Amino acid sequence: MRNPLNEKVQVMKPSGIRKFFDIVSEMKDAISLGVGEPDFETPWHIREEAIYSLEKGKTVYTSNPGLKELRLEICDYLKRRCALDYSEKEVLVTIGGSEAIDVALRSMIDPGDEVLIPEPCYVSYVPCVSLADGVPVTIELKEENEFRLTKRELLDAITDKTKILIMPFPNNPTGAIMEEKDLREIAEVVVEKDLFVISDEIYSELTYGKNHVSIASMPGMKERTIVINGFSKSFAMTGWRLGYAAGPELIIRQMIKVHQFAIMCAPTTSQHAAVEALRNGESDVEMMRDAYDKRRKFLVTRLREIGLECFEPYGAFYVFPSIKGLGMTSEEFATKLLEEEKLAVVPGTAFGDCGEGFLRISYAYSIEQLKTALERMERFVARYRK
Amino acid sequence: MREEILKTLDKNSKIPESDLAKMLGMTEEEVKEEIRHLEEEHVICGYPTLINWDATTEERVTALIEVKVTPQRGQGFDKIAERIYRYDEVESVYLMSGGFDLTVIIEGKSMREVASFVSSKLAPMEAVLSTATHFVLKKYKEHGLPLVPEGGSDERMLVTP
Repeated sequence: MRNPLNEKVQVMKPSGIRKFFDIVSEMKDAISLGVGEPDFETPWHIREEAIYSLEKGKTVYTSNPGLKELRLEICDYLKRRCALDYSEKEVLVTIGGSEAIDVALRSMIDPGDEVLIPEPCYVSYVPCVSLADGVPVTIELKEENEFRLTKRELLDAITDKTKILIMPFPNNPTGAIMEEKDLREIAEVVVEKDLFVISDEIYSELTYGKNHVSIASMPGMKERTIVINGFSKSFAMTGWRLGYAAGPELIIRQMIKVHQFAIMCAPTTSQHAAVEALRNGESDVEMMRDAYDKRRKFLVTRLREIGLECFEPYGAFYVFPSIKGLGMTSEEFATKLLEEEKLAVVPGTAFGDCGEGFLRISYAYSIEQLKTALERMERFVARYRK
Repeated sequence: MREEILKTLDKNSKIPESDLAKMLGMTEEEVKEEIRHLEEEHVICGYPTLINWDATTEERVTALIEVKVTPQRGQGFDKIAERIYRYDEVESVYLMSGGFDLTVIIEGKSMREVASFVSSKLAPMEAVLSTATHFVLKKYKEHGLPLVPEGGSDERMLVTP
């Protein structure tokens, strides 16, 4: 029999997190700080609106790019929260931010184009670039820069084949953000070198003490940026699978074609819920941001007490402490911690090789849960620190 | 910061001061000091526990009474409200806008006890013009918290990207 499989898929590594998940799921009564989704339920008024839409029989396809009503709300939201000016023709509603990333890459990459990916980062960029026949080129971000991308690092990675830069900020797994001054330097290089940016801003609502700035709002950037965002993190709507891409009509129009043939349209019920989220959900976001911020401070303080160094993360809901000096790799640490204390955290290496020496700890948990988990962590670290 | 302390205690008055300090980026001493001020200023008036009495063997009835009163010269509603809230049976008293003046919430052991309070204590007061008593049949939610147990266990997978 011939090999039924595609070469690119065959060589693709399963995500590092998957491997760890298999170990964790076999362990009974383990507690976890390894989750990448909010612990809040979707606010009730949003769920209500979805139920109501079902009662009214709104169960048919929407147009390919999504409900016009929703796209208009998205434009309004991006203007209000990110100072971005889009028309509804420049917005595509997708199945989560994940689909938007995939479709953007497939619509923009020609075989051999290089795509710059700052690491540590979310697990899907590298495989999606490869599937689209692009060449993923990773940039190792440094702890000393609080895992922000610097102009120097960017310039060093650019070749004449470079076409796209992925900007994953606020960052999963590090919690790093890029402030306006950081983005300005990056934007200058992008414009000068005639690159495009796919800016994954799914955690944009979750920044603490510092406002999120979109790179698309920098001079000359709107026409070369696809902004990716969605409802999963900001409105605690992960299971609804709803995100969107906003960008120049030239690119969005092509993305709609890919989306149309692969997906048809994002789930109708979720789209109706999303309209309600954008219209009346601001106070929910505020409440959740406030709760995350308290947990963040709690976690950072506790980790430092334990003796695990970490830079102050201003975004998302992760802390990325260093375990250097304990004589273990990230994976060893995570595995032993799970075996000995039944506490699951994700090794930094699940998000790129340069995550070695770090752990991703999520604070999408109640203070009580964090407290119990940190007691276990404290015992563990004390045991291995000589 | 005091608002932050209050918002957190409002949801959980049992939270240890050491945890509160870490959550707010303060020292434990600062938190204790601030709470002491808040208590002295009577901003924090107490730390009761939210109990679902329906789940116990204790008999309790709650009634909400709409009261119409005549305000008194120079004292408005405050004097009459005070005369009412001083009774131990009275759980809450609110001055209302709209069709009546005071909402009085009474807790008693039985309907008879509540009825007797209304007819012998509340209604005969000189300033009280009329009362309308509503008995509570079931409490679903109080102080922002559901009183009926919710199935909401954490259904998230243990590890996700």
